[in-house]
Amino acid sequence: MHPILARRERLFAYVLAWVPLAGIQAYLLALPGSLSWGEAAALSGPLALVYAFLCLSSFYACRSAPLTRARTASVLGVHVVGALIAASLLTLAGSTLASLLGSFPAFSTLPERFGQAVPPLFVLGVLLYLLSVTLHYILLSLESSQAAERRAMEARVLAREAELEALKAQLNPHFLFNALNSVSALTTSAPAKAREMCVLLSDFLRRSLSSGERTLIPLREEIVLARQFLAVEQVRYGRRLEVEEEVEDSLLGVPVPPLLLQPLVENAVRHGVATLIEGGTVTLRVEKAGDGVRIAVENPYDPETPAPAGSGLGLSLVRRRLAAVWGRAAELEEGGDGKRFRVAVVVPPGRPEEA
Amino acid sequence: MSLRVAVVDDEELARGLVLEHLAAHPDVTVVAECANGLEAIEAVAAHAPDLVFLDVQMPRLTGFETLELLEPRPAVVFVTAYDRWALKAFEVHAVDYLLKPFSRERFDAALARARALLGAGARGPDPSLLAAAARPEGQALERVAVREGTRVTVLPVEAIDWVGAEGDYVRIRSGDRSVLKLQSLADLAARLPADRFVRVHRSWVVNVARLAALEEGRTAVMADGTRVPVSRAGAARLKELLPRG
Repeated sequence: MHPILARRERLFAYVLAWVPLAGIQAYLLALPGSLSWGEAAALSGPLALVYAFLCLSSFYACRSAPLTRARTASVLGVHVVGALIAASLLTLAGSTLASLLGSFPAFSTLPERFGQAVPPLFVLGVLLYLLSVTLHYILLSLESSQAAERRAMEARVLAREAELEALKAQLNPHFLFNALNSVSALTTSAPAKAREMCVLLSDFLRRSLSSGERTLIPLREEIVLARQFLAVEQVRYGRRLEVEEEVEDSLLGVPVPPLLLQPLVENAVRHGVATLIEGGTVTLRVEKAGDGVRIAVENPYDPETPAPAGSGLGLSLVRRRLAAVWGRAAELEEGGDGKRFRVAVVVPPGRPEEA
Repeated sequence: MSLRVAVVDDEELARGLVLEHLAAHPDVTVVAECANGLEAIEAVAAHAPDLVFLDVQMPRLTGFETLELLEPRPAVVFVTAYDRWALKAFEVHAVDYLLKPFSRERFDAALARARALLGAGARGPDPSLLAAAARPEGQALERVAVREGTRVTVLPVEAIDWVGAEGDYVRIRSGDRSVLKLQSLADLAARLPADRFVRVHRSWVVNVARLAALEEGRTAVMADGTRVPVSRAGAARLKELLPRG
């Protein structure tokens, strides 16, 4: 879209800017003395108006030869050719106008003397065209910087949204209500265990709330959170839920976004072990993967239980959060063999800005 | 009035809590304690309880799928942590529901309500109505739970060849198996995916993928050789789904 034609107020300002230019044009035409002031003015008004719109076409030349990408020589070539064509058209329009004016008695000798006005008119045409090229380049760079700013803003909003969604998903009502129901059941049958469960649940909630306030936490803290979550679920599911860890301690310093693993361990219980009558074992694994670290969660599952609507949401959120922090440098792997489901996050080493 | 009750929940602690609350009512006899739907179906067949406390999220069979297969039909109080579709179903049809965790007062109220309904001779809720109300709108069934005796299997809908009405039951055919289920054909037909199943006749629903031939537009021959009558309206419905009449 043309930046000037697209907006009425810009077009108005542009036409207004041509009024003094028309004056300068009349002055230059009358200066050599070949044309009278009246003749110069009669020519300049209409010519300036026509040329104002002709110069708008330089936008398309500017867009096709952007300063940042095209070679300087080709940019110059395009605009010099454009300027010569535009100035020729201006001169042609001038001579046509002069012969039209010649039919009026006051301008009867104008057509013969117009030839003397051609050189200044042509030079002026070239200069004005080049001026409009400059104007269009300024407008183009203004618009592209605005677009870049908008894109950066959108990326920030997206990252922020992902954080919020992660926090919201964190407070899964099923998890809380079921845990509280376990506490309620234990209160009479095993009061000491009920108290233990309250402490477990509180530790988990406190830790997840405080880690949610930071942008990155060491993997060590994520693993602690996952352990606490699984400990609460173990009280609920009893012998049906076993937990196994194969964690390389030396890798636990790697920074990750907080609560990144939460949807993974939650799915492992809810859509995995809980779908099996006899239950099963959730395995947490942290291992080296090239330069980076692979964090895997494995669980058995019932292949006949259909995935409930919305269960893919957790994983797509993890994927988006990985992309927001590391771009393409981090990966999410997932897959099941009919018995065990495995999902793994592979993150690059070090802080994201160095990755 | 003495009451025979079964408690079904996959969490031992949650079952214990219901049992503890029931223990305060001396006229209640707990006839079964089940950890999943399959156990519940067996226990209900064996003991015919008046009332079942039924969890919704359980392995293998959900509470709704279990309910559809319970015979003889008991009154049901659902016990769940949170399920907005289940809640909607309760509002329409169920005896009552308990949201975990619940108070003793709330539990006693649910029991009293069930007792009042049973005393008035009311049957349990119609399981298929309840199950239909518990599905998000427009979401078709992905599988159908069926049983032969006490053996329960879950059929993915794509494994079903055809369904025919037989009195109060539907006969479901899948490969070389054929099972009866206490359900109306209209109800099952409404919940099967409409892009794969067509009600070709008042008493017949076919899986279009298992259709071998159409004879004079009035008889459908299925891949297993079964001949299915097609009504005028059924033929029109079939035409809409098949690319070339």
